[in-house]
Amino acid sequence: MINELLLMKSELAVTAVIFILLFIKISDTTSNETVLKIVNALLLLNVAFGFCCMDTTGELFSGMFKTNALMSFEKNMLNIGTLLISLLSYEWLRNHRHLPEFFVLMLSSLLGMFFMISSGNFLIFYLGLELSTIPVAALCNFDMEKKQSSEAAMKMIMSSAFSSGILLFGISMMYGTTGTLSFAELPMLLTGSPLQVFSFILLFTGFAFKLSVVPFHLWTADVYEGSPVAVTSFLSVISKGSIVFIFLTTLYNAFAPMGEVWYNLIFLLSVATMIVGNLFALRQQNMKRFLAFSSIAQVGFILIGISGGGQNGTASSVYFMLVYIFSNLGAFGAVQLISSFSGKETIDSYKGLYQTNPLLSWVLTISLFSLAGIPPTAGFFGKFFLLASGAEKGNYILITIAALNMIVSLYYYLRVVRAIFMEKNEQPVAAIQGSIYEKAGLLICVAGIIAVGLYSHFYEYIYALSAF
Amino acid sequence: MTGIGLTHILFVSISLFFIGVYGFLTRRNMIMMLMSIELILNSVNLNFIAFNKYLWANKMDGLFFTIFIIAIAAAEAAVAIAIIINLYRSHRSIDVEDASDLKF
Repeated sequence: MINELLLMKSELAVTAVIFILLFIKISDTTSNETVLKIVNALLLLNVAFGFCCMDTTGELFSGMFKTNALMSFEKNMLNIGTLLISLLSYEWLRNHRHLPEFFVLMLSSLLGMFFMISSGNFLIFYLGLELSTIPVAALCNFDMEKKQSSEAAMKMIMSSAFSSGILLFGISMMYGTTGTLSFAELPMLLTGSPLQVFSFILLFTGFAFKLSVVPFHLWTADVYEGSPVAVTSFLSVISKGSIVFIFLTTLYNAFAPMGEVWYNLIFLLSVATMIVGNLFALRQQNMKRFLAFSSIAQVGFILIGISGGGQNGTASSVYFMLVYIFSNLGAFGAVQLISSFSGKETIDSYKGLYQTNPLLSWVLTISLFSLAGIPPTAGFFGKFFLLASGAEKGNYILITIAALNMIVSLYYYLRVVRAIFMEKNEQPVAAIQGSIYEKAGLLICVAGIIAVGLYSHFYEYIYALSAF
Repeated sequence: MTGIGLTHILFVSISLFFIGVYGFLTRRNMIMMLMSIELILNSVNLNFIAFNKYLWANKMDGLFFTIFIIAIAAAEAAVAIAIIINLYRSHRSIDVEDASDLKF
């Protein structure tokens, strides 16, 4: 009995937090500051709880739900990311009228992601996917009086509903040809017939929509720009991370016999994603939109790691997601602070930021360096392992294109750094006094960026976990 | 060739799917776009039930999946309509062409 409960411990913990928040909402007498204190303490507890009994392995509900040490680790990563988002968006949340609802929706989405990561069956996978996307669409509309926010939410719900329709059609065709929905039974029944390849491509399209891989990326930038920064960072880090994890499991386990089909798909899509993401990022002026296109380009790099396959593919992608959580949240945290204190979001308004906010400038710079992949930061090692994993297949055209794209990406990341440090501005952003929460959040991000890169134990640990 | 076989049902469901995709891409009214998505989901339901009846009669997976799809489609439509109502308050329109503040 206890063992069965322990298998679902992350899910149960998040559910408990959601219930506590619902009770806080009902009582409705506490001030926002108190609620934020309670929520942050609960999320911290949630993270700490995630790290105990990590190496439980097993299945529940006849193989529908399965967990192992790697999945627990992935869930812990998402937990840490959620805590960081909550810390970093303190200033924005403090003045918001619907504070408990924000966390209820965000944690429901997190719960959906946990079920999705642990799924061993297309049914639970689909349920988890929907539970993780529908609340996020509501979250996009959280600045309810802003026009852009509701437009972003509309684009999010329409494109995610459409993509899950396509995904479902793929699943139904797969069921028709194989007669099973279970990931474990699927590999034995795949014959590679044209109908199966067609349904696999539909399934892949559904994934590509959620991951914002290039022909299906058009919703990303609009949604990222229109939503509140906290939601944007949730979408681009946590949501993307969970899809990468389940993508790894389905490709490597359920669709292992179709290795050649998905290798070619990933090859084409990753080249397109890197090039288009980079070219569009070059011309952006809005900081959120810029980070959106940079995150599209990063997905292209993740796809290279995934294409490698095997233990290296899993380890490098998971490691990169760990690095990506810290570096992207660091960048979004700085953008969030500046946006909620001064309302400025364009790159031009960041000129001369160093004169008024030296520490914040350094945080943003280190995060951007890590996103660009400059050596002392973790981003370099993340990209290095991704490319090393991709190179195993011997497809050097792909690696060369990726290397060239990294040079292009340096240009636009450093453009922001130049604006911060070198350019003069008559009216720079005023000095920002963040609260203790925001300082702690940014400190964790910077410490993560540096420690994960310099301390090799992290990669070895993830590599050992990836043996499953 | 008497009676209705699997092919007939698949023909209907695939037609529904592509009508839905076509409607989603061409309609400019958000409610109509939402209805097109429902068409896609219903084609999936038909698919699952047909496969379950004609090919895998001893299994229940397809039927269960259908029930879950119906429930989730309702949840999705509820959230989508709430968002559309909120959008109508700020834009005074539910035409997607009018919601075009965010571009490129």
